[in-house]
Order: sequence, then structure tokens, then C-alpha cells
Amino acid sequence: MTSKFQIVLSACIVSSVLFCISMDTVAAGKKNKKTGQVVVVDPRGEGLALSCAGCHGTDGKSAGIIPDIYGKSPEYIESALKDFRSGVRTSSVMGRHSKGYSDEEIHLIAQYFGALRKMNK
Amino acid sequence: MNLGRREFNKLLISGIAGSTMGIFGGVRSGFAAQNRVVVVGGGFGGASAAKYLKKLDPSLSVTLVEPRTAYITCPFSNLVLAGLKTMGEITRTYATLASRYGIEIVIDTAVAIDAARSTVALKSGKVLHYDRLIVSPGIDFRWDAIPGYSQSVAETAMPHAYHAGPQTELLYAQLRAMKNGETVLICPPAMPFRCPPGPYERASLIACYLKEQKPKSKIVILDPKDKFSKQALFRKGWDRLYPGMIEWRGAAAGGKVQSVDASGMTVTTELEVVKGAVINIIPPQTAGKIAVDSGLTNSSGWCPINPVSFESTLHAGIHVIGDACIAGAMPKSGFAASSQGKVAAAAIIRLLRGKVPVPPSLVNTCYSLLAPDYGVSVAGVYRLSAEGIVEIPGSGGLTPIDATDDQLNQEAMFAHGWYNNIVNDTWG
Repeated sequence: MTSKFQIVLSACIVSSVLFCISMDTVAAGKKNKKTGQVVVVDPRGEGLALSCAGCHGTDGKSAGIIPDIYGKSPEYIESALKDFRSGVRTSSVMGRHSKGYSDEEIHLIAQYFGALRKMNK
Repeated sequence: MNLGRREFNKLLISGIAGSTMGIFGGVRSGFAAQNRVVVVGGGFGGASAAKYLKKLDPSLSVTLVEPRTAYITCPFSNLVLAGLKTMGEITRTYATLASRYGIEIVIDTAVAIDAARSTVALKSGKVLHYDRLIVSPGIDFRWDAIPGYSQSVAETAMPHAYHAGPQTELLYAQLRAMKNGETVLICPPAMPFRCPPGPYERASLIACYLKEQKPKSKIVILDPKDKFSKQALFRKGWDRLYPGMIEWRGAAAGGKVQSVDASGMTVTTELEVVKGAVINIIPPQTAGKIAVDSGLTNSSGWCPINPVSFESTLHAGIHVIGDACIAGAMPKSGFAASSQGKVAAAAIIRLLRGKVPVPPSLVNTCYSLLAPDYGVSVAGVYRLSAEGIVEIPGSGGLTPIDATDDQLNQEAMFAHGWYNNIVNDTWG
């Protein structure tokens, strides 16, 4: 038990030593193209939110009948996902999808779309 | 619980181990050049991966290798068979990926991968160097799996139509040429195969055409399986829309195909010889040829991967996504391939920067049409566990079996919205 833990721990240390030379720019902060303001993007939120684009379009900009996510406030997105999940709001597939996400993950997804909105404002 | 967490940590660590190999591999070619990603295959997986690599990190050099100048999607190709879409409407080019995202598009065929030297050899003789490689080759067919069947039989007499393109056109032409009262045979393979609901959507939409044009005709599905994707929804829909027209003979009814005879246009099962005017053999499949030739497949014919980063467990620095990879509970679908492409892109960017990939979040959403105004869907949300990629309990699932006509009509409308957006998210 201890040995396995040590393997995990030592691998983490080795990896952090190896990686300390690296830059820390990816998905940590992105610049607003007009204002230059840096908007912080959580990589976990980004990873979760990229899933939405398959049906809702890249960056949540939908080309057809499926609703846009882009431009909506993080508060709206968070409450909509929670309402789909609880069944308060009826849906076709969103109830089935939203049951796959925790409160924290829903919050991260909403924050990601909020950051996206700030980036292009 | 503790064990699960430890196993989970091991998976994450194995993702890091691969990355260190990648770093050492990259040192040979110089630290500054550690940003070249080559993507082999421009389908849903490869095109999505290439697009999201550049979208998430425009400083990367991304090259997409694909033999065809335009991609014809398998999703909605069954609508072409029914006459509801044209081939042009399901064809996409790489123009936007090149112009908007700055991806270098190389129209060529990857013929060999040298994992030790980190190179991809192309048919033209050109050699591409990479720091990370994504292989998204889709499927190839086991031509020798059914006695009497071959690639030549598929191209002349019994199309599979499981690569959209000339095969779709051949099946389309055969359906138009057959006489009213003649029979269509559809013969799907055993699991795993590309697009599990595909053969059954195809039966539905061929019936949609036959009901109008050749109403005395029948469709017989000869299946080696005991059950199939969205089965209850399809069977209920067939009873309502096409009563008596579609007959499914599963394993228990002797549906397994033993051999075919292209000259006599017959299929022999365990119990009988069945004649068809149109015979759609969908043969057993493997990962695409380049994956097999490069030693990326195991004895199953598919590619084992680390589920954190989709990096091959057989060759470091090479990530395999889409139908070709073994992705746990995820089905082999274009949508799943696209989801995996994004996960692999984000993981590669973090690995190239010396960071640990974030745990993957994966999804699948697939719509099937039974008629222009009758759709059904399946959704799945997937995460990493000690057992690999698993569906999150309580999430996902199918259109309810008791869905109203309005709901089924809405699903059909969503199917079109879904298609437009997934195709735009991949090539647009």
C-alpha cells in the first residue's frame, strides 16, 4: 500500500521537475482581442464545455434549431443545466446529458461560457 | 474506493509517463521545434482534433493528412439512400480548416509510421516529422471474414456503404433499379462496429423510400446479434410506420450469415438460403489500415489507448482516436470521434507544455431518423474510472419508448440541427 503511494508520489515529483521548464500559458489565460484584458479560463471547465459544441456549435454558436449557448450569462447556464437535471425544465436530450455532471462541473461549464463572452466583448 | 482512487492515479501517471517519452523524443529534433502535431485522417476525429489543436493553441504547427479533397459523412448518408439529401449536402471540404485555423492540409495517404524516428511517410514519398502524432484512420473491412465476399464483390454487387461515397451511390442506384415486390437484404456485423444504430436507421429509411415507390417490397435484416442499438425504439417505429415491411432475424432466428454468392445474389445463413435483389453486406471491421500496418492494433484488430490522453499504449507519442481506438464504453460514432479529438487535442497541448492532462470529459449524442418526421436519439456522458472510460450511472439514455408524436417529430428536427452543428464543429 505504502509502496504504491510512493510510486504515485515520486512520479508526481519527477514529472513536476521535468515540467518546471515549461510555460504556463495554455488555457490558463486568454486575451480579449479588442481590450487586451486577460480572461482566466479553467482548463477543467474548458474540457467539460468543449463537449457542448458537438450539438450546440463551436463556442456554443448554433447554426440551426438547437439553441445557442454563446452569449448567455453564466448564471442562466448554471440554472438551466440544474433545472434540466432535476426535471423542473422539460427537454429532449438535455435531461439525459445534465445528469452526467456534478454541481461543481455545471458551475465550471457556466463559468467557461462566461469567460468566452468576456473574451469577445 | 481507495483502490479505485489508486488505480485512477495510476492511469493519470501513465499519461505522464507517455509524455516524458515524448519530451525525450522531441529533444532530438530541438526544443524549439516541439510544437509540430501531425494528424492522419480527416474524418470526424482527425478534423476535430486538428481544429481544436489550433483553436486552443494557435502557436502550434498542425498538419492534417487526408487522401481525399472532400469528406463525405457517414451520418446522414442513409438520408441520401432515401432521397432526402444529396451527396453534395453531406460533403465537406478542408477549406475552412486551412483558411480560418491555419491548418496545413496535405492531400496524400500516410503509408508508414516510424514511431522511433517520429516520422510519417506519405505515398508521394514525402516524410513528415512530428512531436506528437494523432492517428484517426476510421475503419477498414475484414474482406475475408465471409466466404464468397470480397472487396471486388462489395464494389460491384453487394455494397457495404459503410464508407460514404461511391458505395453509397452504388446502393442508391441498386435500390432505384430493383422491381416492386423484390427484397432488400441488410446484413450487419457483430459488435464492435462503426455506428451501431446505422444498419437499423438504414432499414428504416430504405423502407421510407420503398413505401412510396415499391410498396410490395420487403427488407430482411440478417443479424448475428441477439439485440441491437435502440432496438425497442426501432421496432416500435417500424410497426407504426412500415407494418410488415421490415423483418429482423437475429441470432436466435438463424440470422448469422455463413456465406454469400454474388452471381446468384443469395446469402446463406445457418438455416436457409435467402435471395435479394439488393444485398447490403456490412462486413466485420478493424481499425483503419495505417493503424494496423503501424503496429497500433492488438489482437482484437483495434487500438488500445490510455484513456486520459488517447495516447497509444503500444507506441508513445502517437494518439489514436475515433472508431479505430478502444474507448471503453463509448460507441464507435462520428460524434464520439469528435469528442475524443477534442480531448486528445487538449491533452497534447498540455503534454507539449509539460503539464499533466486534465481528466477527460467525453460525450456521445446520436440521432437516427426512421422517417423525415420521426427521430430517436441516444445520449451518453463518459468519464474516467479505474475500469477506463465508463458511462456515468444515471446519465444518458434513449428517447423514451412512450414518446409522443410531437416529441418524435421534435427529435427529427433536432437531428438536422445536430448534424449541422457537429459537421460545422468539425470542418467549419
